[in-house]
Amino acid sequence: MRALAEDGAGEAAAQAGRRRRAALWAHGWLALGVLVFALPIWITLVGSTHDAGTIGRGEVPLLPGSHAVENYATAWAEGGGRFRTTAAAAMLWNSALMALLIAAGKIAISLLSAYAVVFFSFPGRMAFFWMIFVTLMLPVEVRIIPTFQVMVDLSLINTMAGLVVPLVASATATLLFRQFFLTIPDEYVEAAKMDGAGPLRFFRDVVVPLSVTNIAALFVILFIYGWNQYLWPLLVVNDRSLETIVVGLSKMIGTGDAQNEWNTIMATAVLAMLPPVAVVVLMQRWFVRGLTETEK
Amino acid sequence: MRRRVIFRGKVLPYLLLAPQIAVTLVFFFWPAAQAVRQSLLREDPFGLRSEFVGLENFRAVLADPLYLNAVRNTAVFAAAVAGIALGAALFLAVQADKRIRGAGVYKTLLIWPYAVAPAVAAVLWLFLFHPSIGLIGRALNAAGMAWDYKLDGAQAMLLVIVAAAWKQVSYNFIFFLAGLQSIPASVLEAAAMDGARPAYRFWTVVFPLLSPTTFFLLVVNLTYAFFDTFGVIHALTGGGPGKATETLIYKVYVDGVQNLNFGGSAAQSVILMAIVIALTAVQFRSIERRVHY
Amino acid sequence: MRRRFLAAALGLAAALPAAQPRAQQAQQAPVGIQFWHGLAQPLGGLLEGIVADFNRSQPRYRVVPSFRGSYPETMVAAIAAFRASTAPHVVQMFEVGTGTMMAAGRAVKPVHELLRETGVEIDFGDYLAPVRSYYATSDGRQMAMPFNSSTAVVFYSKDAFRRAGLDPERFPETWPEVAEAARRLKAAGVGCPMSTAWPTWIQIEQFSAIHDVPLATQANGFNGLNAELRINNPVQVRHVRNLADWQREGLFRYGGRDAAGDALFPSGECAILFASSGLRARVVREARFDWGVAMLPYYPDVAGAPINSIIGGAAFWAMNRGPNQGRSAEEWRAVAEFFRYLARPEVAARWHTETGFLPVTRTAYEQVRASGYYERNPGADIPIRQLLRGGGQTTENSRGIRLGGFVEIRNIIQEEMEKAFQGQQDAQQAMDNAVARGNQVLRAFERQNRGG
Repeated sequence: MRALAEDGAGEAAAQAGRRRRAALWAHGWLALGVLVFALPIWITLVGSTHDAGTIGRGEVPLLPGSHAVENYATAWAEGGGRFRTTAAAAMLWNSALMALLIAAGKIAISLLSAYAVVFFSFPGRMAFFWMIFVTLMLPVEVRIIPTFQVMVDLSLINTMAGLVVPLVASATATLLFRQFFLTIPDEYVEAAKMDGAGPLRFFRDVVVPLSVTNIAALFVILFIYGWNQYLWPLLVVNDRSLETIVVGLSKMIGTGDAQNEWNTIMATAVLAMLPPVAVVVLMQRWFVRGLTETEK
Repeated sequence: MRRRVIFRGKVLPYLLLAPQIAVTLVFFFWPAAQAVRQSLLREDPFGLRSEFVGLENFRAVLADPLYLNAVRNTAVFAAAVAGIALGAALFLAVQADKRIRGAGVYKTLLIWPYAVAPAVAAVLWLFLFHPSIGLIGRALNAAGMAWDYKLDGAQAMLLVIVAAAWKQVSYNFIFFLAGLQSIPASVLEAAAMDGARPAYRFWTVVFPLLSPTTFFLLVVNLTYAFFDTFGVIHALTGGGPGKATETLIYKVYVDGVQNLNFGGSAAQSVILMAIVIALTAVQFRSIERRVHY
Repeated sequence: MRRRFLAAALGLAAALPAAQPRAQQAQQAPVGIQFWHGLAQPLGGLLEGIVADFNRSQPRYRVVPSFRGSYPETMVAAIAAFRASTAPHVVQMFEVGTGTMMAAGRAVKPVHELLRETGVEIDFGDYLAPVRSYYATSDGRQMAMPFNSSTAVVFYSKDAFRRAGLDPERFPETWPEVAEAARRLKAAGVGCPMSTAWPTWIQIEQFSAIHDVPLATQANGFNGLNAELRINNPVQVRHVRNLADWQREGLFRYGGRDAAGDALFPSGECAILFASSGLRARVVREARFDWGVAMLPYYPDVAGAPINSIIGGAAFWAMNRGPNQGRSAEEWRAVAEFFRYLARPEVAARWHTETGFLPVTRTAYEQVRASGYYERNPGADIPIRQLLRGGGQTTENSRGIRLGGFVEIRNIIQEEMEKAFQGQQDAQQAMDNAVARGNQVLRAFERQNRGG
């Protein structure tokens, strides 16, 4: 009896040990993953606190230096020297405006169109739905030159509207809202009709409040989508006052010359990352939900 | 599923749809039509002369060995990006799914690169791999390996793959973790009872349960590699050296924007649109399921 | 910084009235001229300084400069703007775009026409022949206003030469001697004996001109759109083969496309760099060692070599607003006055001494020489002497290059050279491929512009 109990205890101990070892491995791998993710950022952060000479000579520093304040001040107020990109402050403003307008615009037009498709019956309903649906897979990258030509015809080159409007149309948000609206019980609509509420009031008082979570989640995703746009701003804007920070950053690098003002460039890179990363980290719950809901 | 109770209205639904339809018409259907029209024309850069040339642009594109080169680059690039991003993410998700302390912290630390723009990710990796200012680039050169991605095509391809895959790992990680966490504990316990080794258990029980997620992610990753990585290539290599990192999308840009060959670029757009629409059709059933459940 | 902000603000302010008909305003407000350029710092700032001087020099016209990215980006932006009917009045276009602009029909206002209509006079006879003729039709009508012209020269580190036991005051004249010097440098521990910026421009285009071999038929394209590349000739192939061999030997390092190689010299990495004479300003500012300038080397067994090198850099083109929109007489007048200001000897001389670009007129050259500048700055007159090498009379092969789609062709040549440097193909294959691919571009351009 005793021997058996001891055996059991020994096995439990062995199992606990195995589990601890497994956990240790998991920690190790995850830490390595985090490290690989963090290394480029760390180098950039550190680089942004040294002077241009240190980086230009290739003395890759691993610990922060003492030039943080002036580097960020230069990046913020003046921008990149040789290629004379716009000051980061202006570019951040452009990026923020563009991202907000794209997110808000997409959500607004998708809410409306999904509402129409779900809560109304009218001739051509499915035709319109498919028209929107077809665009699901056709990113702007595929048709840049013709779309650019259309922008030329509409005189939207070098305007904020030209940056935003073509990116506002997308089927994803419409599909998401449609899916969600389908889960709103018919009883709500009946009750509203009983009360004599019209479709617009129902939209305002019932549908939108019910969708708040979805809107928030979608907003996070779309804000990042807008902020990270590259090809389109590169094409539509050549006026430096409308430059977005993502495009401006890559212009600062030019041909990748070792004599660039890398310290300012690194500071700008940090500034370019900060807003979307902050949005993701601070709104992590919405973000994860938004992602998994949009795509499923 | 169809709604039984609906509103009536003759004009209102059209008004509600109008903004979306207007934008779709102006920025999707009109350009698509323009692409087809332009692909049949030959035009000078200034838009002063144009001439109908039938399918000549298409013939020129398809006969161009560089187009084939771009197809090959795109295939290598997309397969490698999807493979690396999916593999790494699955591995990390499995680790994070174990009941260990601080799993939440790891999760936060692993998902934020999703927010980094592809072009900015490229710049971050440039800081590491630049032959004269990059930490790793210099180390490689010091170790006697001639590292210069501006000269060596294979190295350039490697670098754009790593930079592009890096930020996609986060995205895949979120989905894999969600997928893993939705597997009922009872299934895992039953498998554990059988006494099978953990690795065996993973491939025979867990991975098949993840296959819908994996398939979905595969499609998303390929789409990402095809279309969203323009910024990575533009910021890092500009398609070079030679044409070693020129993908299909990048070629549309180079021919249309830099070389001012509008007809050729439009023909490539039309080909890409056809491919994308075909892919959509193939994928249709899985999408339909997602749309209609 | 304030100046840039001011410039941006002015740009905005000037863009607004430009969008409306301004016949009435012409009387009071100065006539605004949009001027797009592609010069990064420090050159861009110096150029804008000249523009500011012009604005101060008279009250009627106001030129608003705006930096639009690199030369190719500026070119693409100007063409797109023309299609959108928002073209700038004046655009700085690099010499590679010359063929495209020449064929641009009514997008461009040729300078000779501009001067005739406005009655403004500029003495193009005073301009150096290789500069003037690059931007003129083959029968001598001036199409664009030459401004920042450079040519390729050698920058070398005298310190490194001393370390290798070479004569720091005498840079070898021929390629075999240069290779020998590079070997000595390598033996003395120099990691990168030589490199080049602008691989196509310097190692192909300049090389062809100096050795008086054709780059393309039809007098390098001056005589017609039906030109064909000829760079797979034995002289050129031998040179590319040598470069590839020297690279394997560790004597030569490929420094990247276009201006990417520039950085290798001022940083002290490479002891010898073939680069634009316009790099001088940056070398003066950044190099922390004793350096010198020399003429491009040649192969002594090529008959007739060396003759003059050709120019690079950029010229100013006057543009119409859009496919269906011209400009008022007053606007053209402003453009012409701006051009006349640029032709002033003191302006050209100042630009030359500040930047290392060429003094584009003989008067400016004489003025600078008389001031004793070249004695104080040894080597500063190398570019112009090289440009006049061989008597200053250009041949069909050294007048310049007039090929359509040349931006693309340059990239093609660079790509094929890169493949040769990577060992994927030999020099003959590289040049053959470049010719075959380049000719396709030329034919496409010819078809686009036929019967314009």
